[in-house]
Amino acid sequence: MKILVAVKRVVDYNVKVRAKADGTGADTANAKMSINPFCEIAVEEAVRLKEKGVATEIVAISIGAKQSQEQIRTALALGADRGILVETDTDLEPLAVAKCLKAIVDKETPDLVILGKQSIDGDNNQTGQMLGALAGMPQGTFASEVNVAEGKVKVTREIDGGLQTVALNLPAIVTTDLRLNEPRYASLPNIMKAKKKPLETVTPADLGVDTATRVKLLKVAPPAERQAGIKVADVAELVEKLKNEAKVI
Amino acid sequence: MDTPLLNDSDLHFLLYEFLDTEALLARPRYCEHSREVFDATLNTAKTIAEKYFANHNAKGDAHEPQFDGEKVSLIPETQAAWNAFAEAGFLAAHHDFDDGGLQMPEVILRTAMAYFTAANIATAGYGFLTIGAANLIHTFGSPEQKARFLPAMLDGRASGTMALTEPGQGSALADIKTSATPADDGSYRIRGNKMYISGGDHSLTENIIHLVLAKIAGAPAGAGGISLFIVPKFLVNDDGTLGARNDVALAGLLHKMGFRNTTSTVLNFGERDGAIGYLVGEPHQGLRYMFQMMNEARIGVGAGAAILGYQGFNYSLNYARQRPQGRLPSSRDATSPQVNIIEHADVRRLLLSQKAYAEGGLALCLYASSLVEDARTGATETARTNAFTLLDLITPVVKSWPSKYGLKANDNAIQVLGGAGYIREYPVEQYFRDNRLNPIHEGTEGIQGLDLLGRKVPQKNMAGYQLLRAAINATLDDARPFDSAHALAQTLATHLHAFDQTTQQLMARLAQTPDATLANATVYLDVFGRVLVSWLWLKQAVIASRQLDQHRTDLPDVEINFYRGKLQAARYYIEWELPEIMPQLALLDGANSRCFDMQDAWF
Ligand SMILES: Cc1cc2nc3c(=O)[nH]c(=O)nc-3n(C[C@H](O)[C@H](O)[C@H](O)COP(=O)(O)OP(=O)(O)OC[C@H]3O[C@@H](n4cnc5c(N)ncnc54)[C@H](O)[C@@H]3O)c2cc1C
Ligand SMILES: Cc1cc2nc3c(=O)[nH]c(=O)nc-3n(C[C@H](O)[C@H](O)[C@H](O)COP(=O)(O)OP(=O)(O)OC[C@H]3O[C@@H](n4cnc5c(N)ncnc54)[C@H](O)[C@@H]3O)c2cc1C
Repeated sequence: MKILVAVKRVVDYNVKVRAKADGTGADTANAKMSINPFCEIAVEEAVRLKEKGVATEIVAISIGAKQSQEQIRTALALGADRGILVETDTDLEPLAVAKCLKAIVDKETPDLVILGKQSIDGDNNQTGQMLGALAGMPQGTFASEVNVAEGKVKVTREIDGGLQTVALNLPAIVTTDLRLNEPRYASLPNIMKAKKKPLETVTPADLGVDTATRVKLLKVAPPAERQAGIKVADVAELVEKLKNEAKVI
Repeated sequence: MDTPLLNDSDLHFLLYEFLDTEALLARPRYCEHSREVFDATLNTAKTIAEKYFANHNAKGDAHEPQFDGEKVSLIPETQAAWNAFAEAGFLAAHHDFDDGGLQMPEVILRTAMAYFTAANIATAGYGFLTIGAANLIHTFGSPEQKARFLPAMLDGRASGTMALTEPGQGSALADIKTSATPADDGSYRIRGNKMYISGGDHSLTENIIHLVLAKIAGAPAGAGGISLFIVPKFLVNDDGTLGARNDVALAGLLHKMGFRNTTSTVLNFGERDGAIGYLVGEPHQGLRYMFQMMNEARIGVGAGAAILGYQGFNYSLNYARQRPQGRLPSSRDATSPQVNIIEHADVRRLLLSQKAYAEGGLALCLYASSLVEDARTGATETARTNAFTLLDLITPVVKSWPSKYGLKANDNAIQVLGGAGYIREYPVEQYFRDNRLNPIHEGTEGIQGLDLLGRKVPQKNMAGYQLLRAAINATLDDARPFDSAHALAQTLATHLHAFDQTTQQLMARLAQTPDATLANATVYLDVFGRVLVSWLWLKQAVIASRQLDQHRTDLPDVEINFYRGKLQAARYYIEWELPEIMPQLALLDGANSRCFDMQDAWF
């Protein structure tokens, strides 16, 4: 069984990102970059399936700038077998990312595609679902448990009301939630081995994908600063303030 | 509030701007490596340090190791940390590919280790000791000894110790009493007591390999009569499995001020028929062999001290940014909001001195590690010899300067926190207690002073000193194009002149009046440290000035601020702390003998 995992290069979750003064975006210059935490969980799940003997090959894909190779190498050090970089200097939107992935799915014909439910930079939560629609594959999103047996994958999903388990025919798409697993760290011997694993580079044009942006960014601004709290004398005053000052009731 | 582990930007700066670590990739030994591999290694170290080491730094301090008469128990997190450290490959990383290692360069590994130390210096101790002991066996052991003991020490089944100190002997090892008697099978029987042995017993590993200093009967008196032995807790069979329990007994644990999660043990060798020990290398060469390990351990001690200083700095800096207290002297408005204490100049003094000590100390230790590297893998014979000579000269300072000023940094961190600094609900008092060990072990401050002035400066016709002066002069030249760095270079040059003169005088007096001259060796050690660290700060200031000059418009704010911070710390150190050598030099020049002349009875 072949598994495709998508890994995205994002600003490290420890970095406090600030909005640029001119409102055109977030200031990420020289910030530490890492593999998106949800993608890391996706890689871990694939590696566990391989360790269990369920999967035989794991291909890690990243779509982005040349430096995204580092995140592919991280995935390779964690246990993926080879990597594909779809190199582009434009910041792709989920639809374009999903189209690139679709093209690779056509070529690689994996049995399972595992992605993060979202990336912590854009927070869109769309790519997996869009890929499902484009590729005509069933999807199990927000996975907190994944079991492959008898040509199906059972995915336990974290939904508002609790947990829901779905059984999907393979090939299928799984997007990971935080509680699916705890990713391992790359051991030093595996970091060295990752250097020797194959990493292929293609471009969206090679894949025939049009990467034009469809969403217009109007403005990026920091969230309003929290005001200091105040003490109220009684419930009546509280209700009055909620109604007339905060205007929330 | 968690304390961040070190500062990734600074480590990056130290490795790739202050040192040229990427240049190592051109050396044959490292051709399989890449910058990506280095960075991934550091990332793994940080991840493990955050997850498995930082989680029990305070807990290990509050629940020190226990001995019930049979078994030593540690809090369980220690085992998880050891396992993660070993499984990730850190015990084996610097060994050759052929020996199951990864040929990781010294300076990268030292930086990786810095994360573990920052997270939990006491738990990190087990790994450090094991790496050091394995190095010693690797360098001086026979092929048979290597095959028997190293595999388990590289994969984490066995840990190591260095057993030098005895109840009666610490600084002066020449007089140790532990004895070694030859047995018929070529091994030796070891008898004697060792004290303060770190990691001397615990159940983290199935075996413990002690490296023990002892004297073979009939050996010459003094340091030239000491031999080195491998004494395992359990004997190791030819196939690597464990054999009988050796005659090494834990007499008890010592109860420490800090560093508590590292066991400190009193060990009895040979309570019954004598502990079986295997001679390493030649007889009577043991202290020389051990010194190789101690020289690396001394850089490790310096680094540990600097890193504890760093952690206190990180914590107190965050605290100062968030603690509102009082108003500026000029403020007359009692209804105005209080300012955060970082606004007070005196608090900034406390923080800036910590920055100078912590970052300066780490720079010093990484520079020393780069010399260890160059001494081994430098391109030419001359490059290797020079690196070794220079390293040999500065090792006492690399050990003692951070041990003194890292501790002072922690003192200042406590001061920044005020009352909060003094109570155990906040982490900085533990940093201070942990750090108080560093001026004591691996040769006390006094012993380092004697080593520097009595041996290291004069040796080889002052060859090390000349190399250091040449290196400093090169930086003085580098500073010339930049106004801010050049001003600092001039201040340094003036002090260097005085320093050189005093050094020459001391060298002349050393032969005639050794006792009186060496009486003030600790003062000289401090002067030397201030000069050396001023140089390293000037080097950093030159890089910062160049970046600020050439890229003022295209660097992001965070980087501009980073370089400005480097420049300001260099200014602080060279303008505030370097000039303090002048009165110290006056004491040395005048051969001031107040301490030397003081009589026992006068106290
Ligand atoms: C927590 C801890 C861990 C340790 N771990 C180990 C270990 O793993 N293995 C090991 O072998 N040892 C270990 N040690 C021992 C350590 O190396 C010794 O404590 C140290 O060498 C000092 O020896 P001492 O304690 O006997 O002090 P002493 O040698 O008695 O020194 C006492 C004082 O006298 C001064 N002094 C002594 N001789 C001279 C001299 N010639 N000139 C001027 N001043 C002098 C010293 O500077 C010091 O101030 C450890 C110690 C501690 C506290
Ligand atoms: C063991 C202990 C016993 C104590 N016992 C008592 C007691 O019995 N009764 C009692 O009332 N209190 C007691 N205290 C409290 C003690 O007096 C305070 O801790 C002390 O006054 C410092 O205040 P703080 O801890 O709030 O520190 P902060 O005032 O927050 O000071 C933190 C840092 O900021 C600096 N700073 C603050 N303001 C300025 C300024 N304007 N300019 C420059 N620097 C500034 C300080 O010098 C310090 O370095 C005790 C404290 C301890 C630790």
